[in-house]
Amino acid sequence: MKFSILVNEGPYTHQASDSAYLFAKAALEKGHEIFRVFFYHDGVNNATRFTAPPQDDRNVTARWSQLAADHNIDLVVCVAAALRRGILDESEAKRQGKDGNNLAPGFRISGLGQLIEAGIQSDRLVVFGD
Amino acid sequence: MTDEMMEEGTVKKFLYVNRKAPYGTIYALESLEVVLIAAAFEQDVSLLFVDDGVFQLKKGQDTKGIEQKNFSPTYRALEGYDIEKLYVEKESMEARGLTEDDLVVPVEVLTREQIGELMDGMDVVLSF
Repeated sequence: MKFSILVNEGPYTHQASDSAYLFAKAALEKGHEIFRVFFYHDGVNNATRFTAPPQDDRNVTARWSQLAADHNIDLVVCVAAALRRGILDESEAKRQGKDGNNLAPGFRISGLGQLIEAGIQSDRLVVFGD
Repeated sequence: MTDEMMEEGTVKKFLYVNRKAPYGTIYALESLEVVLIAAAFEQDVSLLFVDDGVFQLKKGQDTKGIEQKNFSPTYRALEGYDIEKLYVEKESMEARGLTEDDLVVPVEVLTREQIGELMDGMDVVLSF
């Protein structure tokens, strides 16, 4: 089955990111396809590579990047939600006149249309949030 | 829009479930942003308001004191985007002392049981 995932909460405060990741991993292990993971609301905070949790804790962002690298998964961050919360890639940083960018490997910034498209293209869109 | 999207003529039934009060958290505002984008995709869009989400449609919102934008007029503009299927849960309204007359737009009031059926008939359910 072709799944897409919507993550609506930030990492660490809320378990939604963990559950979404574990769901994605389990689905892939069972031979399903993940068409896209879309990050919205505080979920965009999953995408900052400046995340630096204690060493004995899971690194939520690095885990997503690894999943994307291993399985070629499309990790998409909503641009409007990202800019509100200071999540920037190189070109957005330039456009907004910011002195740095923080988007982690494997993520890309795009519009909400990508979420709607995921809903259209996938057999199931699974929402993780509050 | 990508080429991939354009070539797909698929029309799915999308239901946006709004469960949170309009202010206090950003869910209601950002959910509305999704709905406005969704309108461009020519999908079958329905909106449902349950729990504190019914307050999103309350008339007479005044946000001056919290220095945030009052976005409730946008719900009245949805008609212009061909988004006309707005549902409100009867039990949620009653629990909050609201009636249809308190809302900024015309809605269809459904019981909790009817909402179960509504959701059952949807292809994509997004809850915010």
